[in-house]
Amino acid sequence: MYRYDSYDQAMVDARVEEFRDQTRRRLSGALTEDQFKPLRLMNGLYLQLHAYMLRVAIPYGTLSAPQMRMLAHIARTYDKGYGHFTTRQNLQFNWIRLEDAPDILADLATVEMHAIQTSGNCIRNISADQYAGVSADEVADPRPWAELLRQWSSFHPEFTYLPRKFKFAVIASEEDRAAMRLHDIGIQLVERDGVVGARLFVGGGMGRTPMIGHELRDFVPESALIAYLEAALRVYNRYGRRDNKYKARIKILVHELGIDDYRRQVEEEFAAIGAQGIEPPVEELARIRAFFAAPDYETGLPETVDRSDPDFALWLDRNVAAHKAPGYAIANVSLKPVGGIPGDATAEQLDLLADLAERYSFGELRTTHSQNVVLPHVRKADLPALWQALDDAGLGTANLDRITDMIACPGLDYCALANARSIPLAQKISERFARAGKAETLGELKLKISGCINACGHHHAGHIGILGVDRKGTENYQLLLGGSAAEDCSLGHITGPGFDEDGVVDAIERVTDLYLARREDDERFLDTYRRIGMAPFKEAIYD
Amino acid sequence: MTDLFDLRSAEAPSAPLPADVKPLSLEAFLAAPGNATAVRLEPGDDARALLPHCDRLALVEVSFPVFGDGRGYSSARLLREAGYRGELRASGDVLVDQLAALRRCGFDTAAPDAPLDAAVAKASLTRFADVYQAAADGRTPIWARRAGKEG
Amino acid sequence: MKLLTGNDLASGDSIWWSGRGWSRHVADAVDVGAGADAAALLAAETAALRVNSGYVVDAEQGPDGPCPTHIKERIRAAGPTVRPDLAIDSTIPIVKA
Repeated sequence: MYRYDSYDQAMVDARVEEFRDQTRRRLSGALTEDQFKPLRLMNGLYLQLHAYMLRVAIPYGTLSAPQMRMLAHIARTYDKGYGHFTTRQNLQFNWIRLEDAPDILADLATVEMHAIQTSGNCIRNISADQYAGVSADEVADPRPWAELLRQWSSFHPEFTYLPRKFKFAVIASEEDRAAMRLHDIGIQLVERDGVVGARLFVGGGMGRTPMIGHELRDFVPESALIAYLEAALRVYNRYGRRDNKYKARIKILVHELGIDDYRRQVEEEFAAIGAQGIEPPVEELARIRAFFAAPDYETGLPETVDRSDPDFALWLDRNVAAHKAPGYAIANVSLKPVGGIPGDATAEQLDLLADLAERYSFGELRTTHSQNVVLPHVRKADLPALWQALDDAGLGTANLDRITDMIACPGLDYCALANARSIPLAQKISERFARAGKAETLGELKLKISGCINACGHHHAGHIGILGVDRKGTENYQLLLGGSAAEDCSLGHITGPGFDEDGVVDAIERVTDLYLARREDDERFLDTYRRIGMAPFKEAIYD
Repeated sequence: MTDLFDLRSAEAPSAPLPADVKPLSLEAFLAAPGNATAVRLEPGDDARALLPHCDRLALVEVSFPVFGDGRGYSSARLLREAGYRGELRASGDVLVDQLAALRRCGFDTAAPDAPLDAAVAKASLTRFADVYQAAADGRTPIWARRAGKEG
Repeated sequence: MKLLTGNDLASGDSIWWSGRGWSRHVADAVDVGAGADAAALLAAETAALRVNSGYVVDAEQGPDGPCPTHIKERIRAAGPTVRPDLAIDSTIPIVKA
């Protein structure tokens, strides 16, 4: 994985000192909150319902064992002993003190970590496929491209005060494991005539007005990507709406102009910018790529795994994905124990994951937009021992992509923006469907819960989605069906009137019972829904 | 009395804002340029409308009514890319924390509504020894330093 | 009744105006009334750096003290409902009967 050189280190160190000075000026009153807020947001520091929250960047969802240990250290030393993995592959700490924030950033900088631009109206963390570098279906590892963009977007002087936040995702396979089409700009690495380049999508996003991204350009070569993206961002910076915060994302601009007119403006800007000498040489991407060379895989390893323990066998079948190197596997670590808080991990669990990564995964981990962790390079022979260690720590749940592997935002328990709680609902659903093996019977079922319309829980893209709303001061939940964040991208449809917390759990049970009654062959819930439509489900729910 | 900060120097010296030049609005300038050498751009103005006139302009003032509206950064940068060589001045709700980005986008001077702390201004302009991107200030980006291409 | 709530600037703790200062516990909160005095008080406390991002909240008098009307502020007063070990005040009812 990428290692900072002295330039990269100097940048994060300077950023720490800049924020230390800004914090000092806020605490002395020299800066008002209105003046300080954008500055602290650009260092990942929110003011939430109970405390400041710090969102640490995990660039493109890759981190090392020492970095994971640092996250555990921060949880233990500055917070209340735990952290929360997010739908953008980052980690959040919920109980941070402003006066500690500069020291926390300084600690992070010692292991090449930061909280730069994880919030604010700027370019955010660039997310990527969590199986990057280890999946046989990828055209190339997307992470070097993501790192190139991370550097390009960090402290970009023209794009520091955009109309609104800007999110990139990078994948490199036809299968979309990173919700690429639901980002402001999505990048799919493709190969044309033996050359790898970027297929660009623009204007995807969830929130109040969910939209699926449009193809902006079929192919942008390595040698022109930065100039092209500068053009795309410049058009957005100049013409994105500034009059209404809820209509300020690029998806609205693309919708209002139409993709053809937006594209025309980008191409014009690209033609003008192209001669300015702003493009890094291709050698820079090659330099970055060298850090992502495959680890020293052993050869001649056994392919078979001892399945005699039925609990292990279930985890093996459910959570372990095929690795492109013989004898190896990709291990998905569930942060969704039955009845637990989705995406939360204790400091002890973070430390354990670091240890396990060192012992079993060449010291490397990934985070996923579904709030789980991945150990990407595990010898098949090590899987039983790995699982045993995970299971002992409550990290061995065998539920990848099952209904209990749900995405849930922090919701009204933590978030000042929320209208309803999401975690207690997630816990109830988890307990109901874990009973009698129901989660396993239902098969692949991606359930996603958002506590408000900002959709941090991706409810529009859930096979089953739940949106928490405020109905005359009471929590109420709307149910959506048929969304997907994968390459078959679709937005969910609302079923009808909402429910209280127990009511929506019952409604989901009716929906899934109908699926079980009507499914043909091996089709997933999503496929049955697409085949038979909303009407039968509506009837089953509302009787 | 507004001070005018010179962003070209790391010391960020300031002097009282010169009272002699009153920039025309873009609309007024385009309608009747006359002998005018100074234009003021609002966030919603199209900076490219000035491109045919760059050679005769000595001052383009870019207004920032609120610092969170970042359109002026694009206006400045594209004027520099098109070859404008006169003074680029950022005025309005300009805080010390924006000075470095303003400089990088090609601004020469800043005329903030509220007084700036000179020491903090200087620190802000000199804090980052290097830069990741090529921009309008001519600083060598890190990717060029890595390739051994100084200049 | 109307309460004032906000966050402590340095620590981020959510706090409630108790008449003489700021308390972690809504039980100590006083009625500031709906008028301009509350706004002026908030402005003064903000300028003095004793509160950050404060705002006025509706509440009713409950058996254990003031109880915010809206569920968001009840959770703000109580702590995250899914972590009783991190509770700020466990007497606040979250869901109204």
